[in-house]
Amino acid sequence: MDAAAPKPKENMGEPLPRIDGRLKVTGQAHYPADLPTANIAYGALATSSIAKGKVTKLRLDDARAVPGLLDIVTYGDMDKLEKPKFGNSGATSIGPLHDRRIFHDGQIVALAVAETFEAAEEAAQLIRAEYEEEKPTATFDSPGTATIPAAGRSPLFKEDVKAGDFDAAYAAAAVKIDQRYSTPTQHHNPIELFSTTAYWQGEQLVVHEPSQNVTGWKVELARQLKIDPAKVRIVSPFIGGAFGSKGPMTPRTAIVAIAAKRLGRPVRCVTSRMQAFGTQTYRAETRHRIRIGAGKDGRITAFAHEGWEVTSRPDPYVVGGTSATGRMYDYGSVLTHVSLVQADRNTPGYMRSPPETPYVYALENAMDEMAVALGMDPIEFRRINEPKTEPIGKKPFSSRSLIQCYDQAAAAFGWAKRDPEVGAMRDGDWLVGMGCATAIYPTAVAPCAARVRLTVDGDVRLQCGSHEIGTGVRTVAGQMASERLGVSIDRISVEMGDSSLPPAPVSGGSISTASVCSAVLKACDAIRTKLYAAATAEGGPLAGSRNAEFELVDGKIMAKSGASAKVEDVLKAMQVGAIEEYAEFAPKGATPEALKKLYAGKPEFHGGDQDEDSVKYAFGAEFVEVHINRYTREIRVPRIVGAFAAGRIMNTRTARSQLMGGMIWGIGQALHEATEIDRRYARYVNRDLQDYLVPVNADIKDLQVILVPEVDHAVNPAGVKGLGELGNVGTAAAVASAVYHATGKRIRDLPIRIEQLLV
Amino acid sequence: MRPFVYEQPADVSTAVAIASRFTTNDDQPTRANAQFIAGGTNLADYMKLGVADPNRLLDLNKLKEQELRHIHVTNEGGIRFGALARMGEAADHAEVKRRYPVIADSLRLAASGQIRNMASLAGNVLQRTRCEYFRETSWACNKRVPGSGCAAMEGFNRQHAILGASDACIATYHGDFAQALIALDAVVHAEGSRGARKIVFAKLHRQPGDTPHIETDLAADEIITAIEVPAIPWARRSLYLKIRDRESYAFALASAAVALDLDGETVREARIALGGVATVPWRAGAAEQSLQGKKLDEASAEATAEAAFAQAQPRRHNAFKMELGKRTLVRALLETRDMKV
Ligand SMILES: Cc1cc2nc3c(=O)[nH]c(=O)nc-3n(C[C@H](O)[C@H](O)[C@H](O)COP(=O)(O)OP(=O)(O)OC[C@H]3O[C@@H](n4cnc5c(N)ncnc54)[C@H](O)[C@@H]3O)c2cc1C
Ligand code: SF4
Repeated sequence: MDAAAPKPKENMGEPLPRIDGRLKVTGQAHYPADLPTANIAYGALATSSIAKGKVTKLRLDDARAVPGLLDIVTYGDMDKLEKPKFGNSGATSIGPLHDRRIFHDGQIVALAVAETFEAAEEAAQLIRAEYEEEKPTATFDSPGTATIPAAGRSPLFKEDVKAGDFDAAYAAAAVKIDQRYSTPTQHHNPIELFSTTAYWQGEQLVVHEPSQNVTGWKVELARQLKIDPAKVRIVSPFIGGAFGSKGPMTPRTAIVAIAAKRLGRPVRCVTSRMQAFGTQTYRAETRHRIRIGAGKDGRITAFAHEGWEVTSRPDPYVVGGTSATGRMYDYGSVLTHVSLVQADRNTPGYMRSPPETPYVYALENAMDEMAVALGMDPIEFRRINEPKTEPIGKKPFSSRSLIQCYDQAAAAFGWAKRDPEVGAMRDGDWLVGMGCATAIYPTAVAPCAARVRLTVDGDVRLQCGSHEIGTGVRTVAGQMASERLGVSIDRISVEMGDSSLPPAPVSGGSISTASVCSAVLKACDAIRTKLYAAATAEGGPLAGSRNAEFELVDGKIMAKSGASAKVEDVLKAMQVGAIEEYAEFAPKGATPEALKKLYAGKPEFHGGDQDEDSVKYAFGAEFVEVHINRYTREIRVPRIVGAFAAGRIMNTRTARSQLMGGMIWGIGQALHEATEIDRRYARYVNRDLQDYLVPVNADIKDLQVILVPEVDHAVNPAGVKGLGELGNVGTAAAVASAVYHATGKRIRDLPIRIEQLLV
Repeated sequence: MRPFVYEQPADVSTAVAIASRFTTNDDQPTRANAQFIAGGTNLADYMKLGVADPNRLLDLNKLKEQELRHIHVTNEGGIRFGALARMGEAADHAEVKRRYPVIADSLRLAASGQIRNMASLAGNVLQRTRCEYFRETSWACNKRVPGSGCAAMEGFNRQHAILGASDACIATYHGDFAQALIALDAVVHAEGSRGARKIVFAKLHRQPGDTPHIETDLAADEIITAIEVPAIPWARRSLYLKIRDRESYAFALASAAVALDLDGETVREARIALGGVATVPWRAGAAEQSLQGKKLDEASAEATAEAAFAQAQPRRHNAFKMELGKRTLVRALLETRDMKV
């Protein structure tokens, strides 16, 4: 065991290496843009250079003259089709080629298709649009924004949560703060670029595209193309980074499908890094006002969180993190309100822990300020306000190990050695600061189907239309089957990422491990039941024993009594070559429509704040040390420790990897990441990885992940809380807290940059 | 990216001959039909982005003259860098590290390991700005399309220059190596159709003025063959300090190349160049003079920094570079003073 493969503690699975790891590191894993290879024509997008107005004319002559050009798909060519829809499967309702209006910078105006990638690119660059330009609105504070309430605009954000009488409690509070915070636009920038490859086999359309939602896309693409969903197949076996960006389908997919149909050959379009900023979704910039009131004893009596979020004109994308922040501590009274601010921008979308990252950042930075105002240790302040039930609906938490996380992380970090006085700690010319913050992420689960086959030779084939976005879900699903069927992991093949497989929900909201494993568990248990029934039937090898007394181990059915029978022999006795089970899992509280909706690509989410019996969240505590040069003020993070509790940990290796990646991203969110907007033109400026900074290896030094044991049977049959989006939630606030401790400067606007510390 | 002709000339004179056949005396090297390519880490990138558009590339990597690849100590005790030597080789060269730590640092702290293994030293000093508005062809940019305007001037200009800018262009020169070279009075050897010549490094780059598309003093058919740094024994007390948004793989927000000749704590001679803040490699002459004969302490370092930035013109998002540039220089001076040599 090493740091990458932590020794399992209570309720944790083995750190099995990823079953597809070898394929990935040897280049044998085929990503969507790798296949197919024969007879490909290449597409390149031409995009708008204005953010608002109308395309009056498109000059195509120069592009058409490029040798090797095959086709240009543009206005008019999509008219007989349906416009895209905004929702879980669709990134935006803007149908760029359905409408000559320009809603945002970088909007698709045409797709050039050619024999080679280079010719397609050249032709796309030569397409010249003429515009009737209007003055666009860029973001907050730009003239022309419209502000509307967010509640009710999204099925995931029904209301502004409230409890008690905030105004009275805040007015009466002995100690209070009233502060504003902000987070910038961020783009996912997965290393794997966005691509679509489409081809038709007669009436059947096949699309290879990195996707976190193959079932949803199948249905939505069929709707746009006005064909039967059964005629559409989305293939996405490996995904090179998604983070939410590959959750909703963008308008490009249908455009490439039409190009392939017109040409009668496969068309592949890989968008450039720069184009991705305008053609994909992003994390909306947010602003917050937070008021906290408390007694001198540190008990919070009043909490208000107001949020403002930028969205596009046509689509009300809601971030809405007040549901989590409003339930975080024992506040007494709660007041929240979220507003959308419409501007001439592309539609934002999900990005790793979409609501929590910005909203919990603001809350936790405010909590740190409040601890300072109270003269109290920030951990102690949180301990005092640890709730027994959540303050909004007064429901219990299904489990909540926040304080255990704080205790374990604080011990590992050496919090006791921190001198609480601001600016007191030094390392030569470097100011040293230490800070901490809470991480929270709702534990949701959705219906999911899976097919599992156990053969007489002892091989297992597991099929599920979920998605390996790098989280290790293929491995943990295999691990679940391995445990339940007593088959070693190398006899298990796992197929995912194809809409022709049993449907799984979108790989978002950290639901995949819970949903997929619950379905796999159900399929495996059905196989077990059949095996036991056959084994214990009259004349069977274990005749007379009862089902419940068996385990499957190493290809054998083992009875408690010590009697055993080989699975192989049981199957032979049944005169079958394999047992195959198709299982449909629906979470507790699922509606009668739940499974139908799964097949329709519109899965119901349960858990989080949605259930009647309890609220369900995973928690963590993150500790950061920063060093800031006393002259030049650059900020470095030599040390970060996070402790997290998330129910059953299926695999300590993949769990740690997810949390580590999250924490590193959190450092990026604190110090590096921001998409810059030219306010005059509402256009993105730093549209590549040269200027859109993320941490590099040299930025990450000593990083420690602690997995805190936790058992929670209420969340789902697998007992799993999602943790893919937990790790990056507290980090930025912990960094802000450490920066304050080092310098006495409270930075409220992310990212925290050198210029904020020079003044 | 457009189709182009790719050639691998066999020697310098052939390369020059081909270049002069496809260019005219008035052509700027970065706008000519035929352009040289070495590591390609800058030019190939800009061709893909549609920023550079040569229809003929002359690849210098097959030139047979071996001295183009060598780094050696000269008879006078300086160092001569062949133009095609790679950044990584120069950064790791024992004599470079020993004699001119400022040079080794400037290269070691630049780009990434992979890029340093590809990129040539001549290509490095000639690298073009990374201005976002220059790199994306739909923006107005006087450097890319003369007379089209400058979108950066009133736009998002956090990375832009506060020294040496004009009303036409405020793009930063982002290279690091050049700051060490200009501080050490390096000389560039070039060969073109009008013969071989030496160019004082400080004369190689041109400030933007009204003609930001004219970036250097080179003719379109001139090849840099070598860069020579004179013997400066006291340059063993020298360093390059680079301040950036992250720990590695980022351009400087501000940097300082400093070499000091000290008599105890008193400065006999100082060499100072500033990176990340100016439109060209920037020698801070007035600042050097203000330090001469003075005891180097925090106060005199601060006075030197004031002198270095006296002419600076901040804009909306880059105003912090005034303060950061000064502090970078102060820190660099004090750290150089404290070096054990
Ligand atoms: C992501 C990234 C990060 C970077 N970070 C840094 C950094 O931190 N610091 C830094 O200093 N640099 C940095 N760079 C720039 C990098 O150092 C340059 O791209 C590189 O040094 C250019 O060298 P090259 O040989 O590849 O030049 P090329 O791309 O081959 O050529 C560049 C230019 O020089 C001309 N040229 C090349 N050789 C000659 C010659 N012998 N005679 C005449 N003309 C010639 C070419 O015609 C072209 O105009 C970075 C680059 C990238 C892509
Ligand atoms: S600063 Fe210079 S390079 Fe940048 S847009 Fe303006 S003219 Fe172009």
